[in-house]
Amino acid sequence: MTLGSRFRSWLQATLRRSCMESEMSEELHFHVEAYAQDLIRQGGVSREEAMRRAKAEFGGAERVKEECREARGVTFLESLAQDIRYGLRVLRKSPGFAAVAILTLALGIGANTALFSVVNGVLLNPLPYPHPDQVVIVSDTSSALPETWISYPDFLDWVRDNHSFSSLAAYESEVSFNLLGQGEAERVSVTEVSSNFFPALGVTPVLGRNLSPVEDQLNAPPAAILSGGFWKTKFGGSPDILGKTINLDGTDYTVVGVLPDNFFFCCENISYRISDVFVPIGADKNPWMRDRKFHPGIYAIGRLKPDVTLAQARGDMEGIARGLAAAYPDADKDQGIRVTPLKQVMVRDIRPFLLVLLAAVGFVLLIACVNVANLLLARSTGRVREFAIRAALGASQRRVIRQLLTESVLLAMAGGALGLLLASWGTRAALSMLPSTLPRAGDVRLDLRVLLFTLAISLVAGILFGLAPALKTSQPDLHETLKGGGRGASGARYRTQGIFVVVEMALTVVPLIGAGLTIRTLVGLWSVSPGFDPHNVLNFNVGFPPSVAGGSPAQIRASFLQLTDKIAAVPGVESVSLMNAAMPMGDRYDLDFWIEGQPKPATDSNKPLTLWYLVGPDYLKVMKIPLLRGRFLTARDDANSRGVCVIDEDFARQFFGNQDPIGKRLDFDLVYKQLEIVGVVGHVKQFGLDETAHSLARAQLYAPALQLPDNLTSSWVSLTGYVVRTQGSPDAFAGSFRDAIRGYDSKAVMFHAQTMDSIVAHSLASRRFAMILLAVFAALALVLASIGIYGVVSYIAGQRMHEIGIRIALGAQRSDVLKMVLGQGARLGVIGVVIGLAAAAGLTRLMSKILYGVSAADPLTFACVAIVLTIVALAACYVPARRAMRVDPMLALREE
Amino acid sequence: MDKPLDLLQGTLDMLILKAVSLGPLHGYGVLLRIQQISKDRLEIQQGSLYPALYRLEHQGWITSEWGESENNRKAKYYRLTVAGKRRLQAETEKWNRMADVIAGILHTTPEEV
Repeated sequence: MTLGSRFRSWLQATLRRSCMESEMSEELHFHVEAYAQDLIRQGGVSREEAMRRAKAEFGGAERVKEECREARGVTFLESLAQDIRYGLRVLRKSPGFAAVAILTLALGIGANTALFSVVNGVLLNPLPYPHPDQVVIVSDTSSALPETWISYPDFLDWVRDNHSFSSLAAYESEVSFNLLGQGEAERVSVTEVSSNFFPALGVTPVLGRNLSPVEDQLNAPPAAILSGGFWKTKFGGSPDILGKTINLDGTDYTVVGVLPDNFFFCCENISYRISDVFVPIGADKNPWMRDRKFHPGIYAIGRLKPDVTLAQARGDMEGIARGLAAAYPDADKDQGIRVTPLKQVMVRDIRPFLLVLLAAVGFVLLIACVNVANLLLARSTGRVREFAIRAALGASQRRVIRQLLTESVLLAMAGGALGLLLASWGTRAALSMLPSTLPRAGDVRLDLRVLLFTLAISLVAGILFGLAPALKTSQPDLHETLKGGGRGASGARYRTQGIFVVVEMALTVVPLIGAGLTIRTLVGLWSVSPGFDPHNVLNFNVGFPPSVAGGSPAQIRASFLQLTDKIAAVPGVESVSLMNAAMPMGDRYDLDFWIEGQPKPATDSNKPLTLWYLVGPDYLKVMKIPLLRGRFLTARDDANSRGVCVIDEDFARQFFGNQDPIGKRLDFDLVYKQLEIVGVVGHVKQFGLDETAHSLARAQLYAPALQLPDNLTSSWVSLTGYVVRTQGSPDAFAGSFRDAIRGYDSKAVMFHAQTMDSIVAHSLASRRFAMILLAVFAALALVLASIGIYGVVSYIAGQRMHEIGIRIALGAQRSDVLKMVLGQGARLGVIGVVIGLAAAAGLTRLMSKILYGVSAADPLTFACVAIVLTIVALAACYVPARRAMRVDPMLALREE
Repeated sequence: MDKPLDLLQGTLDMLILKAVSLGPLHGYGVLLRIQQISKDRLEIQQGSLYPALYRLEHQGWITSEWGESENNRKAKYYRLTVAGKRRLQAETEKWNRMADVIAGILHTTPEEV
């Protein structure tokens, strides 16, 4: 028989059940009628007599119908309904068991659902653009920096020469401007983009139009697009905004369009929030936009042509990179182009954490399953007679297994439903703990895929934990069971439960070790010194008004100093320093250099690289960075004096070895001509506490903010920031600083104020998130496992009460009994722990990406987990062992 | 007339297939056809006919549709499918082989052993 016809008949039977019932009656009725007609014709009997005889010869119509139903296969659904009804009744009769099982499963399934909805939102859901798979990030790459900014002239050449992209658009890291003329001056965030940036993403303005290529050129009339949120909060969502101008740092920009509310674009290399305003990048007047050697925070996004693969695009761009290297060896030699899918860039940092968590939560569910399997098995002992009787009455083994599986799936479904409830609440809790930098946090919700996932894991869990007990229960020794009154639990049953305990312990070891390793990582990181003292330090940026920013470089420098004095005058301020360019654990700025007297390297990418901090004389005091040799920058190192710099110990070691770097000079192509080294200071962990020796660009250079060349001083005003050391918590000072800055100039704006402590904490946020969740899951696993082992040991001890009673009656010491029960549980626990340790040794290697300063096979963690788990197992066995010890032999014997 | 023979286990399906292979029949017609061909030498339990028909239909060897009976009543008619035809052939061959073997055994005389 073909599967198709079987399925059709089953489907028909299911869909048209009532219809088929009446057809069947009609068919049988026809038979009887026709037979009766024949009888009348043959024998001349009365019609009534004929019908009676026909019915009698036909036999029991109901029995025939039942056989017909069975023959055509409707019985599956019907018997399923029967099983479900029966299962519900059975579960209702033992509410305690049902509640414990459902709650256990709800915890396991809920934790999985919650985490899966995060994974689903962040990793699985496509990005909210048409054909999101075609969108890629295009960046430069070199041997020193695998992914780095591009230069604008190079970008224009890419646009001209590529054959792979239907559009290629540039965007620059978010900057900020003072918004003037709209009430009190405020700071708005701005991203410069190519005119085809939004079309490339497939985003259409809800109001107005996109930027035009004409506006995307030098000296074009300034145009801007507003984000939906900014338009609503600042302009009340008024459509009149189109054609109006907004004043940013003294320049009037005509608003040409408004983006949809749900526009979403964020990357680690730009920002995790949406800028308020978007302006054309081509109109940027800064000189470095025309310089092929400058790589000023620009990345490109491309949309692949429909028939072009990622590999083809990569090949194409490699060709272009070779062409540029040949044409501009000075700037582009040894420089490659990297093409990466946008989504991969967005979730790169969080991915390993989420996958590790998903694995951990999977273990929790497995443990929950083992627990419920245990419960079922223990309960099935009481039901052995029930199933023996069913078997004796002719129920097939398959039928009994189906009945039992139906019951366990029912349990799992109830657990799943409750778990879903827990998850919708748990997801909210998890999101509030998430690092604020989690990309796509807004996409995390319970959607259809999450519901299907929950349904699927509930089903699988139901079958998983139901199968072993069902197999065990469905093949009782009929004869023995019926004869022995149902007490005859065999050694084999203990063996199954023993295996459960072993499995459960082994399963618990893995998440515990995972959590232990992350905790060790984090504790280790907290005790790592960042190279400066972040306590009581506030960092903020200042947006100067156009009257200052548009002034001469000398005026700008004078303003820097005036404002420094204003801030220093605030009561409670210990020290204050300008802070520009790179910031510890924040922005990264770097400079190429070579040492005076050594030959100039042939290409940019062969030049050594150093991080570049622009600071004031009191910077070391504010940050408490130690001065190791020479002197630090002073107030006398100003625009009129010789260019000087201070390097960090890593710089000195890397480039001067044992030589004294003081008095040595560094040559530069960009920004500076030459700087003389006047001092050496301690190293600062620029890339976060988990910065390793392998981190690139470790050398650090401090230069006086006042010695920045004239042209850059003007264009960098917008990057000006301050760091201030305060007496006591710096949060309390933010208001006074704001007033001080207002007092200096009503159009000056203070923004992005944050304590150094929070910046340091932020660099560990995703680790902290992973640690908290892993610890929660591990604790859940531990609780479930200890309940599980307690349950099994007390059950087995309970079953052996009788035997124990006899032993005691025959003179066994009570301590022997304690030892026996405890020993049995402990043996199982230890076997489980050993197996778990072996499994963990293999599995934790997969999480080495999120570990720092601790090996994935850290012996301390492994030992601690083994000891803790063994103690927990012993404690869980101790209670039932005590109970067994107190058995009254008389009671046990009287049962006989 | 001899007393009718009880049907051998498992042969009813084959007889039904054969009966409907000669032309579409309703359930009662199948019964009559088998009795007619066998010249009333086979006894078929009327009630056992329908589970067999439903089983054969479920297996895809026959199909059914509603039509008019000789005396203008609605009746369900069964017809052989292509799969059923193959099945009938296979069953017939098997039956013949079996009958040969059995007959051979039963005809054996002491001399032949």
